[in-house]
Amino acid sequence: MMVGLVDCNNFYVSCERLFQPQLRGRPVVVLSNNDGCAVARSEEAKQLGVKMGAPWHLHRAAWKQAGVTVRSSNYALYGDLSNRVMSILRMLTPGIEVYSIDEAFIDFGGMGGREEQVARELRATILQWTGIPVSIGIVPTKTLAKVANRSAKKVPVSGGVRVLLTDEVQQQVLSKLEVEDIWGVATRLGRRLRALGIATAADMRNAAPEALRKEGGVVLERIGRELRGERCLQLDDATRSAKSIMASRSFGRPVTERSELEQAVASFVSRAAEKLRRQHLTAGTVTTFIHTSPFRPTDRQYGASALVRLCVASSNTPKLIQAALQALREIYRPGFRYVKAGILLDAFEPAGEEQTHLWAGGDSENERGLMATMDRVNRIWGRGTLNMAACGVRNGWSMRAEHLSPRYTTRWQDLLHVA
Amino acid sequence: MRVHDVEKRTNLAVPLMAAPVAAGFPSPAEEHEDRPLDFNELLVKNPASTFAVKAQGDSMVGAGIHDGDICVVDRSLKPVDGSVIVALVNGEFTMKRLRMKAGRVWLKPENSNYPDIPITEGTEFEIWGVIPKSVRMHTA
Repeated sequence: MMVGLVDCNNFYVSCERLFQPQLRGRPVVVLSNNDGCAVARSEEAKQLGVKMGAPWHLHRAAWKQAGVTVRSSNYALYGDLSNRVMSILRMLTPGIEVYSIDEAFIDFGGMGGREEQVARELRATILQWTGIPVSIGIVPTKTLAKVANRSAKKVPVSGGVRVLLTDEVQQQVLSKLEVEDIWGVATRLGRRLRALGIATAADMRNAAPEALRKEGGVVLERIGRELRGERCLQLDDATRSAKSIMASRSFGRPVTERSELEQAVASFVSRAAEKLRRQHLTAGTVTTFIHTSPFRPTDRQYGASALVRLCVASSNTPKLIQAALQALREIYRPGFRYVKAGILLDAFEPAGEEQTHLWAGGDSENERGLMATMDRVNRIWGRGTLNMAACGVRNGWSMRAEHLSPRYTTRWQDLLHVA
Repeated sequence: MRVHDVEKRTNLAVPLMAAPVAAGFPSPAEEHEDRPLDFNELLVKNPASTFAVKAQGDSMVGAGIHDGDICVVDRSLKPVDGSVIVALVNGEFTMKRLRMKAGRVWLKPENSNYPDIPITEGTEFEIWGVIPKSVRMHTA
């Protein structure tokens, strides 16, 4: 039974280039939400030394001089192209686990030796249909799949597909991989392992399982076994539901007024509640947090969070907003310059199976119907068509996205024009 | 306080009716119901590979594609001689009819006011997708 890891190459940049061919062959950097820092880089930008996470405001001038093109995160576009890639994988393989917006594990079960050919065909199909280049690593376990994929991107001769089958090949690749770079091994644990003479993935592969268990528990032992090719981790069901949902944003400018924070918090709740309803869940607790900027040392610093427990778990946006605003009232202090706020929905129960009380029932038929209608309208006419009045209309706090490309695949008014 | 006897209930299988038993006549269409027309089904064969672009200008009026029309682009279709395509020619998007004949490749506008675009060895050329269908809005 083989596992593959599909990884979209420089995904956000690839999405931008699909509709903007003038960006090909040039250094491109995609900035995080609010135009904060580099979250994706083209090969050319990497070669120029642009680091992941580099703050834009510090490098703006230098990048401009080096001819770097920047783009704001266009998550509408990236999300749509990601869904296309995942749907092709779902269509053409026996099973997939979506790992992130640009990565997925795939099952190669039952392909008896044809894995490499299938991977090449998959890669070609995804590139042809969506324009997104991917790398695919094929190996016996999920952990090795991660390793294989790193090398697929680094070894150009592999043509984007790397099979780590033979022990010699695995040994060779693993001995080049630092222990901290193994999926699931953090820096601090890495330091402890090095002290034991485990410096590379190959060392870890050869280490006794008991020693690994002693140092890092069952989790580390499992990683060691997975590196040896014993399958310990299964592909998760792609429809696995979330444990909690968070929505937060850095503001485009510092916010001081409570009313503005209230609007921000209400709109975060709206977004999170929509996600909650899509998974047919209800939330039992709502947490609200706000904080000032640690990067503005001259500002007085403050940060706090508060949790509100609902009588009965709910997925009703007005109820959840009410709870979040109650929490905000607890923590809001005037006179501070807030740069970030967020909410967390937690303590989930399946919709329709909420624990009710003598005095409080779950969401009523009418409340559910209203939310369902609102979700439908927003799905058809675009996000934010129908909104709670508490979210405000013109948002001064909404995020900065000065270099946003059109939403080519999700908005009729943003279509590419072709003569 | 009076305690009622526990009533024994039985489970009766109720035959499932296609039509509700409420008052009035059952619809004569009941047996022949169909799904309403789905324009996605008509226009999009392969959602994962289908994009939309807007036509600009009059170079393809002969093919029935006018300024402002919405063109369906399917990247999974194989381009053949005569396909209407979106292509990249020297880094620029263009929409033309693909012609391939006797080893020669050229892009043909469907408007005599525009010249053919020959694709030679020096041309940077890439087919972005095939346009199987287009949509015209006659009023806004």
